[in-house]
Amino acid sequence: MSQPVELPSEIEVGPVIDEGHSLASVSDKIGGIVLKRKTTLGWILGLLVSFSLLQGLMAGMTWLFIKGVGIWGINIPVGWGFAIVNFVWWIGIGHAGTLISAILLLLNQSWRNAINRFAEAMTLFAVMCAGMFPVLHTGRPWLAYWLLPYPNTMDLWPQFRSPLVWDVFAVSTYLTISAVFWYVGLIPDLATLRDSAKQRWKQVLFGALAMGWRSSARHWQRYEKASLLLAGLATPLVVSVHTVVSFDFAVSMIPGWHTTIFPPYFVAGAIYSGFAMVLTLMIPVRKFYGLEDIITMRHLNNMAKVTLATGLIVGYGYIMEAFFGYYSADVYEKFMIWNRMTGPYAPFYYVLILCNVITPQFLWFKRIRTNPLVLWCLSIVVNIGMWLERFVIVITSLHRDFLPSSWSMYWPTVWDWAVFVGTIGLFLTLIFLFIRVLPMITIFELRMLLPGARVKEPVAQ
Amino acid sequence: MSVHSIDDLNPLYGLMAEFETAGELVAAARRTREAGFRKFDAYTPFPIHELDEAMDLHDNRVSLFTLIGGLIGCVGGFGLASWVEAVALPLNIGGRPLISAPMYIPITFECTVLIGGLTAAISMIMLNGLPSPYHPVFNVERFVNASRSKFFLCIESDDPKFDRDQTAGFLESLGPEEIAEVAR
Repeated sequence: MSQPVELPSEIEVGPVIDEGHSLASVSDKIGGIVLKRKTTLGWILGLLVSFSLLQGLMAGMTWLFIKGVGIWGINIPVGWGFAIVNFVWWIGIGHAGTLISAILLLLNQSWRNAINRFAEAMTLFAVMCAGMFPVLHTGRPWLAYWLLPYPNTMDLWPQFRSPLVWDVFAVSTYLTISAVFWYVGLIPDLATLRDSAKQRWKQVLFGALAMGWRSSARHWQRYEKASLLLAGLATPLVVSVHTVVSFDFAVSMIPGWHTTIFPPYFVAGAIYSGFAMVLTLMIPVRKFYGLEDIITMRHLNNMAKVTLATGLIVGYGYIMEAFFGYYSADVYEKFMIWNRMTGPYAPFYYVLILCNVITPQFLWFKRIRTNPLVLWCLSIVVNIGMWLERFVIVITSLHRDFLPSSWSMYWPTVWDWAVFVGTIGLFLTLIFLFIRVLPMITIFELRMLLPGARVKEPVAQ
Repeated sequence: MSVHSIDDLNPLYGLMAEFETAGELVAAARRTREAGFRKFDAYTPFPIHELDEAMDLHDNRVSLFTLIGGLIGCVGGFGLASWVEAVALPLNIGGRPLISAPMYIPITFECTVLIGGLTAAISMIMLNGLPSPYHPVFNVERFVNASRSKFFLCIESDDPKFDRDQTAGFLESLGPEEIAEVAR
């Protein structure tokens, strides 16, 4: 927003943008990736692989629509299988984008300027993937509109006391506001692309998308106000979304779900997994597009620090879960946590602890935080760990029901995997298309970080 | 010269000066305002907060509309949940009150954010007069740099103080890189 704040870490791990960049050079560099850069073989191959994975989703959905949810591994008592695990995982990933674009904007963290567009795009695509799962999980997705309050001949209305209805409102609001925020942020950059494009069709296309933005000071003033308001609204929103997701669990009476720690622990976990995903995507993109001068070591270092901090909160959550189980003096609660640690799914629990509690400890070391390759590997481990966390929460809490006669096991089928891997394909396909057709870094906010953006008025008279 | 305006008595939209740095532009905008011009605008590749003060910009309508939108969402969300649960489909479950306010807070909150956020974005776009496919400033060839690296100030011919020669002289005194006529 205003002048970049000089932080001690700037001296420590370098600037937010390398020296030698000017207003023109950042515009040409980022805009050039879209307008001038030839479509590389690597990009085509990446898109092909992602698009192939996406076919898993198409096949999985087709078979699901024909046969119903019986093709999945779910049963009674484990009614919430992969669909809910993946839903929570994806929506958590989205949270980093909003944190970077909204919360760090309000906190005046200028380093966010180089990564917010990409992270917001990630949010949007992750929420799209997430939103599909509950709808598919209903079993009859063509009736999903029943979730919305509308006058109907059945005279039925949604139950507004149910967290599942809160979920519908939270996720759809989140998707809408993220999309709006993202588009508003894009307008000035689309105008830059319009003005630097050489071909007529590109000028028309980007011109239409930019809606005739002409960089007027009177417009910027309202624009900044709207951005700030959107950030202010998105900040509690992002906290509310994963809180509501955690209510899906916490409001129920299932041991292992019915805990007050869930909302903060879920929000921290969401940001943790989201930052890991930003690192997973951004480290290769930064390398292949030669953006090391714009997404600097400072960014990687800062993101690693946020990952570490939220990782520690998540670790605290695990300890408290176990403590609540013990301290509740309730036989079911005690059994649940004991079963989680020693039952049939215990290996998953220990791998999860390894991934989410042990791995982030490496991030205490600056040498690791500033080593992109190691950081990338750690981020993958965290992504897997966070997926396992949701698996453990959903499956181990359900598979041992109150009555031993209804105990069961849950194992995913090939169709569970097809749909899950398919959404990864959808996500990556959208990311590949995004970096090809839109500026992946917010150019106008990058300009504000440059020394040329400081206003030094010549002395009058 | 273009033919886009029908009431084209004055084919000149204004005079545009180009500046190299943000500091020069802010100083120029301040002097333009002090000289009594009101219909002028600055064009910059990124938002410059000093311009708000120099040009005396204080349009708070986006905030006002967002507040109104947020309040509508807030009341609407709570009202929807209450009406549905108390009037449209009242269900007595374990004697719980029909209007169980704490349970309606998530819906109320999400509706507040949804309507407030949409109002913020839409009111910004509408108040800025967008989408506007055509605008005279784009007739200046070098204006493509306004979204890239250069700073522009345009005094419009509608301003009562505007006089082609005198205003050109005034702009010259601000020390710009270049001055261009903006065709309508």
